[in-house]
Amino acid sequence: MADEKTFSWLNPFESVDLKIADHSDGIKQWAIDNREAIQPFKIFLDGVIQSIERAFLATPPLVMLAIIVLIAWQAAGRRTAIYVAVTLTVLGFLSPEAWSLAMTTLAIVMAAVILAVIIGLPLGIFAGKSDRFEAVLRPLLDTMQTIPAFVYLVPVVMLIGIGNVSGVLVTVIFALAPLIRLTSLGIRTVNPSVVEAARAFGASPSQIMFKVELPMATPTIFAGLNQTIMLSLSMVVIASMISVRGLGNEVLRAMGRLDAGKAIVGGLGIVILAIVLDRITQGLNQSRRERGHRHWWQSGPVGLIANLFHKHA
Amino acid sequence: MGAPAAEPVIRCDGVWKVFGSKAKEAIRAVKAGELNKAQIRDKLDCVVGVSDATFSVGRGEIFCIMGLSGSGKSTLIRHINRLIEPTDGAIYIEGRNVSAMSAKELRQIRAETIGMVFQNMALMPHRNVRDNVAFALEVRGIAEDKRRQVARQAIEAVELTGWDLKYPDELSGGMQQRVGLARAIAANPSILLMDEPFSALDPLIRHQLQGTFMELSAELHKTTVFITHDLSEAIRIGDRIAIMKDGVLVQIGTPEEIVTNPVDEYVAQFVGGISKLDLVTAAKVMLPLEQYRQTNGSTDTANWPVARPDDKLNTLVNLSIGTAHPILVRDGDVVAGVVTKDALLRGIQGRDHSGPAKREIN
Ligand SMILES: Nc1ncnc2c1ncn2[C@@H]1O[C@H](COP(=O)(O)OP(=O)(O)OP(=O)(O)O)[C@@H](O)[C@H]1O
Ligand SMILES: [Mg+2]
Repeated sequence: MADEKTFSWLNPFESVDLKIADHSDGIKQWAIDNREAIQPFKIFLDGVIQSIERAFLATPPLVMLAIIVLIAWQAAGRRTAIYVAVTLTVLGFLSPEAWSLAMTTLAIVMAAVILAVIIGLPLGIFAGKSDRFEAVLRPLLDTMQTIPAFVYLVPVVMLIGIGNVSGVLVTVIFALAPLIRLTSLGIRTVNPSVVEAARAFGASPSQIMFKVELPMATPTIFAGLNQTIMLSLSMVVIASMISVRGLGNEVLRAMGRLDAGKAIVGGLGIVILAIVLDRITQGLNQSRRERGHRHWWQSGPVGLIANLFHKHA
Repeated sequence: MGAPAAEPVIRCDGVWKVFGSKAKEAIRAVKAGELNKAQIRDKLDCVVGVSDATFSVGRGEIFCIMGLSGSGKSTLIRHINRLIEPTDGAIYIEGRNVSAMSAKELRQIRAETIGMVFQNMALMPHRNVRDNVAFALEVRGIAEDKRRQVARQAIEAVELTGWDLKYPDELSGGMQQRVGLARAIAANPSILLMDEPFSALDPLIRHQLQGTFMELSAELHKTTVFITHDLSEAIRIGDRIAIMKDGVLVQIGTPEEIVTNPVDEYVAQFVGGISKLDLVTAAKVMLPLEQYRQTNGSTDTANWPVARPDDKLNTLVNLSIGTAHPILVRDGDVVAGVVTKDALLRGIQGRDHSGPAKREIN
């Protein structure tokens, strides 16, 4: 065994200490120091989350269930609607509090997904346009997707404090990557000769963006959105460690008490929410051909109502 | 449109396009005669798409470009509305240098003045036929009902009435090509750029659409650059034909000039199979009357059949049947020349003894 102070050529790693961990610990101090600056953002985001949650909780469960089923019908057709109705009913009967816990979780996930879209869509579009930006972004996305959440949990809490806002931010960090990646992919795989044709007929860059590239990339972007929603749901247990309420918190508490029954209720609730959200977003993604090329307002409940008015008129 | 009458609608002036990062260097080397195309490809990793293309197209003219696959036709036509920037040279539309236009001017000229049909159609899969056809109007911000009305007319012109609300993937290849055509003519542009617009059509529809197109273009005085692989198509609709080989315009001329007087082996091969009967005129094969009299003595021309200088060989053959006399060619009251049986036969064969035809490459 070599003396601690001597440098070994065969094992340089053990003899040199760059004190990276100590330096990085400075992040904590930086986070604490910058608390004030982030306050307006925190208050705003907290307001958004709370109003979503309050709206979801204030709606009577059966009305809420009906609304979700109608959305599923509109987005994905009648069969998915029936499926969603059945699974949501099962969710409601899991336990007396299951529904309200699920609504809290749904509100957090919604807020996270909205934030992810606001950040991810423009970044994804830009990455699809610029090779250099994509090259810079890629390692960052890799990091966000793979780094254990516990690593950034502490700095985020130091910066913002425990609660829903931190929970949403942590969720966004974890769930954002696929939306950016697939948006970029969607833009990149748009047939270049169609873009050229649009140019040849005098379309401006922004018209090409909104009339050609984004519509043609939509299926891929929706696939990314679907992934982002699924990943957001898989973060709810970790988010509950920084005191986010909802189904995740049930699972966490059950774990602490070794209460398998409660864990199963919370876990199943998360799974059912995931299934419902997945089916609805996949329905959105369905190609128009499968739906007979109709506009969205011509089918589903909206189509039904429109038809009624049409007949009377 | 303010431009002097002499100014052609489209003018390409020494246009070069070299693909690759060392394009400028490659052009310098080619111009100096240091490297040929294969050397440029191997040494500089550049591809010469178009080399030194100079031509102009007058108002109302249909200018056909022909050439083998990969000869640079699509590359050349894309320069006209600046979908591709030339490496060297300049393109003028009605006297205005396309390369000097601002982005806004360019968009305006593309939306209003130039219609384009693409070789691969390039329809928008997420838009129905009507919205595809009305695209140029939509980007100009024209109101919806006006757009619909214009689109309906254009769809009617290509005989796709009733298909307005279908999507491109529900149409056959030929129908898609017609949608591409409707899209090009919808905004009523004065210039049409057509890259093999009829290649996916069956012969019957193709013939019919060629006819429709010629009528349309004559009636509305459209200036057209038309790429095709089909010589009979080029001869039928083209006022002038340009033959392209490896990026070079090797010959530009009227169909008759190209067929009767090819500049080299390549063009000769290209036009070899074509029948001359409907193409070559009496003016091309006739002798002056004096020359005829020198060899045959002074003869009475009263009983001779009479033709005009621009009558085709077909007509001359019909006149010549049932008489032993040569044909007298008269331009109004003036005697222009004589077509003997020998000259007629030589003309049908494609040999030309009336001296080199004048050829213009401008
Ligand atoms: N974007 C590009 N980058 C590099 N080379 C290109 C590019 N576009 C065209 N070329 C090259 O330029 C040459 C001419 O291509 P072009 O498409 O103009 O041929 P074409 O005459 O239209 O052929 P076809 O009849 O098959 O359509 C080809 O050798 C091609 O490889
Ligand atoms: Mg081509």
